[in-house]
Formats: sequence, structure tokens, C-alpha cells
Amino acid sequence: MEGIDGSGKTTQLALLAKWLKAAGHPVFMTEWNSSALVKAATKTGKKKNALTPMTFSLLHATDFADRLLYNVIPPLKAGMIVLADRYTYTAFARDAARGVDRRWVRELYSFAVKPDLAVYFRVPIDVSVDRLLARRVKLKFYEAGLDMGWSSNAVESFRIFQGKVLDEYDRIVEEYGLSVVHAVGSITDQQRLFRRLVSQHLEIEHHDELVDESA
Amino acid sequence: MTNSSTNPPEENGANGGVRPGHYYSYGVPYLPIDNYPGKLIAVEGTDGVGRSTQIALLREWLEVQGYGVIETGWTRSELMSPTIDLAKSSNTLNKLTFVLLYATDFADRLEKEIIPALKAGFIVLSDRYIFTALARAGVRGVDRAWIRNLYGFAIAPHLVFYLKIDEKTLIRRVLQSRGMDYWESGMDLKIGDDIYESFRGYQRALLKEYTSMADEFGFRVLDARRKVEVIQDELRRQIAAFLAESESSAPLAAKVE
Repeated sequence: MEGIDGSGKTTQLALLAKWLKAAGHPVFMTEWNSSALVKAATKTGKKKNALTPMTFSLLHATDFADRLLYNVIPPLKAGMIVLADRYTYTAFARDAARGVDRRWVRELYSFAVKPDLAVYFRVPIDVSVDRLLARRVKLKFYEAGLDMGWSSNAVESFRIFQGKVLDEYDRIVEEYGLSVVHAVGSITDQQRLFRRLVSQHLEIEHHDELVDESA
Repeated sequence: MTNSSTNPPEENGANGGVRPGHYYSYGVPYLPIDNYPGKLIAVEGTDGVGRSTQIALLREWLEVQGYGVIETGWTRSELMSPTIDLAKSSNTLNKLTFVLLYATDFADRLEKEIIPALKAGFIVLSDRYIFTALARAGVRGVDRAWIRNLYGFAIAPHLVFYLKIDEKTLIRRVLQSRGMDYWESGMDLKIGDDIYESFRGYQRALLKEYTSMADEFGFRVLDARRKVEVIQDELRRQIAAFLAESESSAPLAAKVE
């Protein structure tokens, strides 16, 4: 599940999980940058605004590796559906927007498991800003790209930085064949489309199994 | 009286084919480092080869000659030290997070210590360098191409000295100095419950990794079983020759008006 802040992806993911669980699928959720291992360093770095684009990138890769080994691979082995709120593409988009080499960050994450389905919630920058401001969300230092020094105004900096992130996502959609949901319609419409994408995928898997058995 | 003829010339493809003072691969794109005046000298080797003693003596010698010197070590960054200590003490590290934590630490020091020092014209003496990480990862079976790409943001040192000792000497020196600990004994590799056997197997594998990197990265190999003064003389001879050569080819020298 991919998309910039204010794309509504967390809402959509929670609704999807409800639906999957109600249908009897065992679901496991994992969230970007949530491992206990790197929490201390990320917190220190963020508090002091001491992270460079490279250390920011590497800390997130460390977090990802930790979660992959504890929160992604074991539930997959146990036959669960793992819902990842952000995956490697978030790193590809954000790190490249900060000036880290695109090829380097892709190779860095080459140890990741390739997702069965990757959905990108595409939202125009204005909609994202409006949603975040309407919720009175205080834009965070790194999420707003204030570390890059493009603007000292948080909203303006957010626009510039997330604009670059959106450009990177467009590139990634093409490169990795992400499914795109236009995240401007009603929550229900988006969720229906999202469920259709997921159910198609589950059906295809089911179909493959039948073919394999008959072969 | 230099013995530069025995040293690998800088153009011979040492350093993985990368020119000293340049990034190994993709580098840090937002920090171009071309033509920085400083020099990066790495002193590599396992535990117990006397790296820090040699570096302290080199620093003194260089400063007496008027060179600005900065030392950097492995896992000393303000950002990561507490996390690495925590992770080590709780044994929750797996090989991938282990490698990535060290790489983060190194990136922090590279950007905040090493690059600014090279820009300002210092001689940076690095107590261990990325080769320590490559060796440890190699022993743990981390993919060689992957780890080399990961450290592609590092700068190829102008000189890498590898202080080499044999397995028996290494084991005795470590036992004498600070003893075996969990990680330095490779206990995470689960070779066995016997800490001595694990330690011996781990150190032997490490030595093999270093040896295999010697050609790849153009190590200048020094026999570290000799007396401190003998090794120091050898280091000074090689560094003096290198500095003389790079100063004679430097385009600009400070002049008194």
C-alpha cells in the first residue's frame, strides 16, 4: 500500500483489513518505520534534526529489514495476508526525492520480498495538503522535507518535497507495475475499487492452484 | 630511500578499480567530492594487531610535520552508538540488521567527519574502515555483490594498510587484552556452544575474508607480529613516500606573498 501523506491510504487499508477479516482471511498488518530496534536512533536523529538523506535512508532500510524478518516473512510462511502500510517503494520515492541515488536505493532493498500486489493511492498535492490541514495535522520536519532547506515554511516545503515524491512514484508505477487508485473519489468508491483489485488477485491465485492440481 | 617501487601504483586497478579519494560506486550524489585536498588513510586489521597504538604514533609524527590530522573509528557516531550497544546487548540482531546498523553509523561519520575533513585538507586516519564491515558480513554469508553495492557510497582511501597476524597470535592477543565477547566470538553464527571453538572458527574465517580482499582493494599488507617501532617505521616510510608524491603533483601550493 503506497501513497503520500494525506492520500487516505491508512483509512483505506483499515477498511480493507475489516473486509478481509470478515471474509475469514487471517490478516497481519505492518507499518513503515515501526520496529523497536531503530526507534531510539530515529528519535534521536529526528529530535536533533541530525539525519542526512543517507542516514535517513539507511535507518529506514534497517527498520525494514527488521520488520521483514519478524513481521513479514513469518506471517507469510503461516499463510496469512500481510498488509504493509508503505513498502520499499516509499523508500525509493522519498530517498530519491532527497537526492540519494535511485539505483543504489533499489539495490539496497533487493533483499525484500516482492509483494503479490502493490497499490498506489495517487492524490494531487493540493488535495493532500487540504486533507492534512483540515485535520489540523502539524506537518512533521522530515515528512515536510524541511531537512532539505527548500523553504522554511512547512506547508510550502511539504508541497515542494511531496511534489518531488509524487514524480518519483510516477516513475515507480511504470517501473514496477503498481496498481493505481485515484484517491480523489469518495472513500466508499475507492474502497470498492481497492477490494476489486485485491479480490481479482486472490481469485487469480486460487485459479492458478486449480490449474496446478489438474496438471 | 623510499620503497615506492614495492607499493602498488594507484593506477593498477587496486581499490576495486576506483581512484583513491573518489566514491567506490554511486556515492553520495548530493556531496560531490572531486579534488578535495585531504587524504584518507585506513588502518585495517583484526582485534589485537595494535591499530590504535600505530595510529596514535602516526598522528604525532604527522602533526610534528605540520599536517592537520583527524581520527575516525568504527561505531563511534553519536547517532548510532546507543542503538548498536542496545542491539548487541539484547541479541535481537540478525545479520541483515547488523550490517545495516553499521552502514548507517558509517554514513553518519562519512558525511559529518570524513568528508568535511577531506574538504578542509586534513589527513584522516581511519581506525578500521569499510573492510571490517565487508569481512564481518562475508563471514556471516551476506551476499557479496549486495554488500559492495551498499558500501558504494564510501570513499576509496588513498592508502589502506592491513596489519596482518596469524590465527594463533590473534587468539592469544585477544585473550590477553579484553577477552572474548559474544559478537567477536561469532556466537550469533551458532557454530556451537563452546565459546572458544566458536571464537577460533570466527577469527579464522575473518582472517580469510581480509586476505581475499587484499588484492581487490589494494591493501598494503604489513606483518603485525613485529615490534611496534618496526611496524611504525614501515608505515611512516610508505606514508612519507605517498605524501611526497602527491605534493609534488599538487597544482597549487601555499606561498608567502
